[in-house]
Amino acid sequence: MSSFIDYTVNGLVIGNIYALLAVGLALIFGVSNLINFAHGSVYTIGAYIGWAAITFLHTPLPVTMAIVFVACALVGMAIERIGLRPLQGSARIAPLLATIGISFVLDQVVQLVFSASPRALPNDLPDWRIDIGGGSIGALDLLIAGVGVGAAALLFVFLRFTKLGFAVRATAQDREAALQMGVNVNAVNSTVFAIASALGGISGLLVGMYYNHIDPAMSFQATLKGIVAQVIGGVGNVPGAIVGSLLLGLIESYGIALLGTTYRNLFAFVLLILFLIWMPNGLFGGRSAPQSEPLTGAFIAPSKPLRLPRWALWAMTGAAFALPLVFGAPYLLQTLTNAWLAAMLALSLTLMAGTAGQISFGHAGLLAIGAYASALLTVDLNAPTWLTIPAAGLITSALGTLLIFPAFRLRGHTIAIATLAIGEVVSLVILNWESLTRGAMGVTGIPPLSIFGHEIYAPREVYWLCLAIVVALALVQTRLLTSHFGRTLRAIRDDDVAARSYGIRLDRYKALAFAFGGFGAGVSGAITAHLYSYINHQTFDSQVSLLALTMVILGGMGNVVGAILGAIVLAGLPELFRLTAEYRILIYGIVLLLLIRFRPQGLMGTL
Amino acid sequence: MSMLLEIKGLTRRFGGVTAVKDFDLAVAEGELVSLIGPNGAGKTTSFNLISGLDRPDAGTIVFGGQSIGGMAPEAIAALGLARTFQHGRVFGNLSVEDNVLVGAHTRLSAVRPRWPVIGPLGELALALLRPRAVKQEEQALRAETRDILALFGDRLIPRLDHPAYSLSYANRRRVEIARALALKPRILLLDEPTAGMNPTETGEMQALIAALKSSGLTILLIEHKLDMVMALSDRVCVLDNGAKIAEGAPQDVRRDPAVIEAYLGHSGIGQARPQPEPVA
Repeated sequence: MSSFIDYTVNGLVIGNIYALLAVGLALIFGVSNLINFAHGSVYTIGAYIGWAAITFLHTPLPVTMAIVFVACALVGMAIERIGLRPLQGSARIAPLLATIGISFVLDQVVQLVFSASPRALPNDLPDWRIDIGGGSIGALDLLIAGVGVGAAALLFVFLRFTKLGFAVRATAQDREAALQMGVNVNAVNSTVFAIASALGGISGLLVGMYYNHIDPAMSFQATLKGIVAQVIGGVGNVPGAIVGSLLLGLIESYGIALLGTTYRNLFAFVLLILFLIWMPNGLFGGRSAPQSEPLTGAFIAPSKPLRLPRWALWAMTGAAFALPLVFGAPYLLQTLTNAWLAAMLALSLTLMAGTAGQISFGHAGLLAIGAYASALLTVDLNAPTWLTIPAAGLITSALGTLLIFPAFRLRGHTIAIATLAIGEVVSLVILNWESLTRGAMGVTGIPPLSIFGHEIYAPREVYWLCLAIVVALALVQTRLLTSHFGRTLRAIRDDDVAARSYGIRLDRYKALAFAFGGFGAGVSGAITAHLYSYINHQTFDSQVSLLALTMVILGGMGNVVGAILGAIVLAGLPELFRLTAEYRILIYGIVLLLLIRFRPQGLMGTL
Repeated sequence: MSMLLEIKGLTRRFGGVTAVKDFDLAVAEGELVSLIGPNGAGKTTSFNLISGLDRPDAGTIVFGGQSIGGMAPEAIAALGLARTFQHGRVFGNLSVEDNVLVGAHTRLSAVRPRWPVIGPLGELALALLRPRAVKQEEQALRAETRDILALFGDRLIPRLDHPAYSLSYANRRRVEIARALALKPRILLLDEPTAGMNPTETGEMQALIAALKSSGLTILLIEHKLDMVMALSDRVCVLDNGAKIAEGAPQDVRRDPAVIEAYLGHSGIGQARPQPEPVA
């Protein structure tokens, strides 16, 4: 009984923290119809600013909170002004991707400034606890509850009784009409970002104090939790976000009590997927339910693709094959091998996100499935790799399609969230299904690649194998795109309503696209596993997914040659310049932002 | 006379508003029936219900002897119903030719084998390998696409490879109609085909619809330009506030006081009506 109360208190406290995040996300979604993936970064910044204030200035808690509030509000306004306002009127997906780029940049800046190692965040609250019915509540619990309830109340008064609050609500309901009635929509957006970010920053500070632990990697999970809470409550619905947060906090807390901490996130993401599929408007979704996607062609930037003559493409392919004969440096070949592996993933993603318009944020999940399939087949069953790698491709194709299938009815932003969650679920299932996957230990001693007894070990041979697979996949994909299949997928992307009205069964074609794309991604993951000889549930994390997406955008959505080019540029060049991981991700973020702003069609143009 | 499309008691409510109320309509094979009425009368909602994009709250829709009320749009399209959209929904990044070819999707048979279970994978394999039957089917459809586009004179043929987003508004409407014709429909639903067209273009469109009608195609037409409606229609059905207020031959409907009242307030229908400004 006592532990039940403790778990309840814990769930409500965590729920309050989620609420501070989710309310901000809901406000932003309300006025700009955008899921702000940079929200977790602001939360992390809030935690670190608080840490810096306490450590260096020895500020008392109220002052710390005030500093965090103001600083994060300014960060929020800067995000809106620099990152998002210039994108008004561009493709609907652009601001969403921009917030991802911003989060890359902010997270890496935090990491560069404060280092990646976790820090303790002390608090100067008194140490007493109140006993209730066997459980107990501490001062910090009360503070968090107080801040949560207080913020909600203030927000309610602001939205309900102030002129600016009216403007916010008017903009949320109908942006165009508000604009015509003289509402300064930009000022409203700016205000909303300020409020949302300030609350997010406070949330980060409180979390840091609650666990006495902060680290730069906390941002992504925070964004996800905020999104889950919002989807439960109804996207864009402020009271719903609060209820959703408390529910999520309680469910997580009870879930951990029953099954253990490694299940915490699994609950969140399974809940997210279930809600997206069966209750996409959430518990309280009414008016501000997700809007349908716009008409024709607004999803990707229309552009004239750059078409290289066929002989030039063959010449480049020939040059790529001949390269190891001229430059034999293992480092160069290994770097380019990584680029070819990334290219397999990018080809797969450009088909799904670019050609079929089903943006996937969880593509690394496919790599993980392929990698584990081949690794376990070779390690547990002693199957030869020339058999397990194609088998891993097929398994990934089947399993990936099966996992994504329920999400096919979702559109636009929601499918992006769902794929993100599916990717996380794959990783969490790998973590928790110990009897099959060895859980957190990972799989060790994965044998190297071999064909008919001949071990492929030399960098040159691995290079050729991977390049050959990329070329084969690219040729098949190009041929499919010129058939009725490519035409049908692009029709679905451009206007799924019109496509259905002309007899196209969306599920069938999306599934085929995922099945084909899943194969390439699975093969890529499988080869990676044999090259690394060790994999675990974190080898293919969400950062890999987002990197793949950046490659695809860089090359031009749906563009086969572009995907390979994007992979070479983003996987190969930073390595050749020997940049450290932090700077590399910073550069990915900046590249993504610049692309979205100045060349949304990518280098080679969308197809 | 056999009825190709029979609608009975069709009703659709949005919240407190009844967009379509107890609507009956029957269209015979080869007939051209026009649906007119003021904005918000429920015309486009009816089209959405018939084509399966929206589900009726009550009523039945029978097309070619089969009940299609509440069926998925892709299934209804496969039965031979094609429609255009009020605001134009072309596939922006597809070429004019590809747009029309998508219209022929339901007719693909060589590349879409009806194999149980593995049918979709077979389709993928056939799209990749392209045996002779598949190639021939594609070539035949491409030839047919050109024939359909030739119906629009030299409006679209020179723009065969242009992406649809680069076309003028009027040309997008034409592409939509071409796409609908590529389905070889048993019935064609046209939602304001001349919206945004100048008088010359409207005249061309009217001639085209007349030609389609005389070729035996059954057409259900939503149109605001009443001269055109009067000239083309076998029958006119007038909707107001979601309910049918009149139905009959064009000349009878135009004299119906209820129609005049609802539709124009007071003045006569089809007379001295100012032409809309030509749209560039």
